[in-house]
This record gives sequence, structure tokens and C-alpha cells, in this order.
Amino acid sequence: MNIHEYQAKQLLAKFGVPVSKGIACKTVDDVTKAFAQLGEPLQVVKAQIHAGGRGKAGGVKLVRSADEATKVATDLLGKTLVTHQTGPEGRVVKTLYVEAGSDIEREMYLAVVMDRAAQAPVVIAAAEGGMDIEELAAHKPEAIARHRVHPVKGLMPFQARAIAKHLGLSGDQAKGGQKLVTALVKAFMALDCSLAEINPMIVTKQGEVKALDAKMSFDSNALFRHPEVVELRDLNEEDPKEIEAKKFDLNYIALDGNIGCMVNGAGLAMSTMDVIQLKGGKPANFLDVGGGANKEQVTNAFKILLSDKNVKGLLVNIFGGIMKCDTIAEGVIAAAREVHLSLPLVVRLEGTNVELGRKLLEESGLALQTAASLDEAAEKIVKAIA
Amino acid sequence: MSVLVNGDTKILCQGFTGAAGLFHSKNSLAYGTRLVGGITPGKGGQTIEGVQVFDTVAEAKKATGATVSMVYVPAAFTADAICEAVDAELDLVVTITEGIPVADMAFVKDFMKGSKTRLIGPNCPGIITPVTDKSGCKIGIMPAYIHKPGRVGIVSRSGTLTYEAVWQVTSNGMGQSTCIGIGGDPIKGLDFIDCLKLFQDDAGTDGIIMIGEIGGTAEEEACEFIRQYVKKPVVGFIAGATAPPGKRMGHAGAIISGGKGTAADKKAAMAKAGVHVCDTPSVLGARMKEVLG
Repeated sequence: MNIHEYQAKQLLAKFGVPVSKGIACKTVDDVTKAFAQLGEPLQVVKAQIHAGGRGKAGGVKLVRSADEATKVATDLLGKTLVTHQTGPEGRVVKTLYVEAGSDIEREMYLAVVMDRAAQAPVVIAAAEGGMDIEELAAHKPEAIARHRVHPVKGLMPFQARAIAKHLGLSGDQAKGGQKLVTALVKAFMALDCSLAEINPMIVTKQGEVKALDAKMSFDSNALFRHPEVVELRDLNEEDPKEIEAKKFDLNYIALDGNIGCMVNGAGLAMSTMDVIQLKGGKPANFLDVGGGANKEQVTNAFKILLSDKNVKGLLVNIFGGIMKCDTIAEGVIAAAREVHLSLPLVVRLEGTNVELGRKLLEESGLALQTAASLDEAAEKIVKAIA
Repeated sequence: MSVLVNGDTKILCQGFTGAAGLFHSKNSLAYGTRLVGGITPGKGGQTIEGVQVFDTVAEAKKATGATVSMVYVPAAFTADAICEAVDAELDLVVTITEGIPVADMAFVKDFMKGSKTRLIGPNCPGIITPVTDKSGCKIGIMPAYIHKPGRVGIVSRSGTLTYEAVWQVTSNGMGQSTCIGIGGDPIKGLDFIDCLKLFQDDAGTDGIIMIGEIGGTAEEEACEFIRQYVKKPVVGFIAGATAPPGKRMGHAGAIISGGKGTAADKKAAMAKAGVHVCDTPSVLGARMKEVLG
């Protein structure tokens, strides 16, 4: 789960990460008032969407008066911002963050990620910030310092000192850097983050070390123990079909093709997408109905697939493990009837009672085709919608 | 022959009296698995399905001589359950539970340092060694009937895709020595390399099917290991060739991030290591048959 910059800054501030003072606003009026309330000569109005690259897309503006802030807010609120991370459809700006401006002396990069190779959180630091860290990693790997954080003990003071030094900080600024990275790791571990990124982290002309931007993602498996984080979820930032799917314990991810897929198991679901493409089609989604694909699950899954107007045909691929194929077939038939399915449907079943399952499908009177293998199923659906 | 578990292996079930634990324990028992004890704190002393229930893993191990545990404990309590089994010095802990916080697994891996216990999972179908056409050692949620004893070892990150491979091996007239689902989480127990080594060293395994998916670099590292160590033929598949970057495809570990972990990279690594790479999982069985001749 992701949150907005202003939410991340509010959380991080509680752990002692220095940030500028700011006010989140939903209306133009709020922005005008916020400018006056902050009372700084130079302020920044920042569009709050769950995507990077906002600056380049025009979503971050410096303002020097309430009038200017009002004008920027009028332009940005409700605008669709397209960045390299949003995809071509972009994201609608619904919240602006008005923040006191900073005199930037130097920009750095700091992040904590849960690293599978280290099997622990890892701090990533670079003295050059504000840029694409992946690009830096590719071209100048020695510029990036990595420190494994002990998964129980946390960041050791010697590590904080080494990181501050790598960032090129000395004297009081080094102390500020150590404090910031220690606080960032503490927040990361306390809140079960998968990513906490400060890009850029800055030194101001006045010598302050602070977070100019902040991005946090959370381990969805750990949300049960962080109700305060769950409250920060912004449904506007998520695909409505994906939200609907979650309600029914379905794992759905929208893609841009036209063949809707319903599969049990994540690996098989990915493979089904792959084989559709291999046979010349384009999958409209990833959908894992889980191990116990019952009638209700299948019906809800059909409804979600059909709510995608690009879908021209459906492919169901179920490997009946614990569930018997005849039970699954009954579920598919009932669901197809309930939603008055009129699109081409190919069903591939495998597992216990597969003959009985196929017979039920063929005798259902529904305009569906069955297939014995995944390859055959993909070929049939691609042909059916051609 | 087999790896890690065989028909004589005595196992325990942690979370035995819960809905999932009891359901899958019954299936294991029906397949002839020597499930000799269940653990549910506070329910020790009962007998359910002919299996004695204990309060702790240590008690159960002492009373039964079991060496392996399968864990169905709910995600919020799984880390504790695994650590208890490690503390009781079991040989193997198979964790089926999905949805465990990554930080908990990082803690578990740290706790396991220096211990003799091996971990499979979490978020995996488990491990199975078929002994006859209808029985064997089944530790997990896989459908038993698709397996047949034989000489193909299978290791996979995904559940139903493993069944697909098993089914094709069986349908092509071959069978399995042992099948291991290592699970789809980013921090986990046994990895491809551990399993490949076990299969290479097992006299009962002639060929290996390896099924990977997008995310991480475990497959690439495994391919380097194959190049250096594995002499037996390996047939491989990678799921997620069409997955877009930044989208988590069901498994917590299945995500392409920072341009790393793509299916194309992994398939290239496989090909370079001499693995027989399949573009579709539908041909895994046929390809293995062809390779083994």
C-alpha cells in the first residue's frame, strides 16, 4: 500500500525526521488560507498523487504570494497529471500540499528497502540526489552505499556515521544526517514498510539537513497491525476494479488487453497471460481466484472481468486441486447464466473428475468451448475474438 | 529414493485444530502420511482423527519422535510457530501459511542462524514424496492423486503451476521423486539452489523441472549454480513474461522492480546454463520425457 507525500512526511516527523512545515489542502480556498497561515515568503505547492516525476510534469510549483498560490491551485486541482510513472491515463490531482520553501544547498538520496537478498532492511544512500537512483546504480555503482540493517536490532550508530560520511556530511550536518537516517530506519521498522525513500534529502543554505520529498510503501501483509496506516489509504489512487476484487478475496490487476482471464493460483495466472500473448492475444488482466474457487467467487470474478469494457472474450483456466472439476464447472455455468454472459468463453479444466466437469460444460447449452490444455485454450479464445 | 522426506518420515502439524490445519491433515492421513502429532496450545491431551494433540512442539517431538512439522498457524502467529519448531530442533519445518509480514520472516531467518532446522515456505504448497500410486509423504495442500512415484524432481515458486508440471509428468508416463514448492514470498526458507543440490545428489532423481517466476534474482543465481554443479538435465519455465513492471502479480515476491527480475532475463540465464527452457508450461512434461529419452 502506498500513501501520499504529505502523509509520509507527517508519519516520519513523528519519528524525528526533519521536514518543512506544510498544510494539505483539498480546495483552492484552503490553499489561499494555507499560504497565509504558513507565512513564509517562498512556498511550494505540490500535487499529491501516488507517482513520481511530479516536478517534470508540472505538479510542483514555487509560489511567492497568496495570489500566486491561488492561481497555481486553480490550475492544478482536478487536473490530470501524466508522469513517467502514471501511465498515459495519468492521475487526477485531488489534494495539494502547501509547504514552506527551502534554500537548497545540496541534494542527496536516502532510502530504506526490504531486501530479499540481504533478508533484512537495507539502507541505500548516495551523495547525488534528486535523480533516478536506478540510473545512478547502472552508471556509477560506487556512488551508492548499501548498509544491511539488523532485522531485530535496527541501525547501529556506526552505520549511521558511515552513511552520513558517504553522503558527504561533516560536523553538525553529519549529526543531522545520522539523526535523520536513524529516524527513517526506526519508522521503516515500526510501521512494516517495504520502502521509505527520501529523494531528495537536502542540506539547506542555513545548514539544516532535512527531507524535501518522502515516499512510503507498506507491506500489505502487515497492515493488520497498523490500523493508523490503513486509515491513510486513498481509494482514488487505486483501480476501482481492483478495490472491488479485494472485497471478494480475489487478486485482480487490470492490464490493457482484451481477453479477460480467470485462473486459480498466481503462477498459473501469470502463465495464462503469457500463453495468451504467445498465441497472439492480449490479456486484459491478472486474476487469481485462489485455491477454493467456489460459485460465488467465480460469479464475482465474472462480474469484475465484464466491467472492463475492453474485454472481448473470457478464458477460464482452473487446475482443480482440492476442488473437484465438476464442482468448478457447476460454478462456471451458474455464474455465466447469472451474468447473462454473451462474450466468447473458453474453459480449460484439469484435475479430479475432469471428464464429468467437461461433460457438464458441454451439455450446459451455453455458447462456450472447452480445452484440454492451456495452449489449446489460448488458441481457441484468440481465434474466437479475432 | 527422494529428498528431505520419504514414506517413513514422521510429521507434526502446528495449527492442527484450525480449519485449514485439520482439513489438510485429514488429506495427508488419507494419503498414508505418518502424521503422528498435532500442536495447538491449550488443547493438549485430546485425540482428533486418531492423532494425539500436544501443547508444544517440544512435547510432541519427545512423545512421537517426529522430525518434521507442517505449519498452518494464522499469519499473525506464524513467525512464533516456526521459531518454536526451530527451538525444538526439528529437521524440517514446512510453512504453508500465506500473508506473513516480510519483517516477521526477516526475524525468523535471523532466529534460525546456527540452527540445524531447514525451512520450506512460507506461502507454498509444501513438499510431497509419492511412495506408491496412492500413498506417500504429503506435507501440504497439493492434490495427492496427481502424483506418481518416479524419477523427476520438481522445484517451483508457484502452487498451481507445480500441479500443472506434476500432472504432465504423470500424464507422460513418468513420476516424481519429490516435489518441493518453495513459495512465492521474498524472504523464505529453501531456495532453488538448495533444492537443485538435493536433487543432483539424490540417486533417485534423473531429471529436474524448475519453475520460476518474475521478481528477484533467485533464478539467475540458481542458473549459475546449475552451470557449475548440476549434471542432471533441467527443464525450466518462468512465469510472468507479460507482467508489467511495478505490479505485484499475486505473490509478494512476484514484481519487476528497477528493471530487474524480468522473465526475459531469467529465461536467458536458464538457456545459458543449458536448461531446456519452455515458452509455455503446457510442454514441461513432454520436454522432460524427450530429454530423458
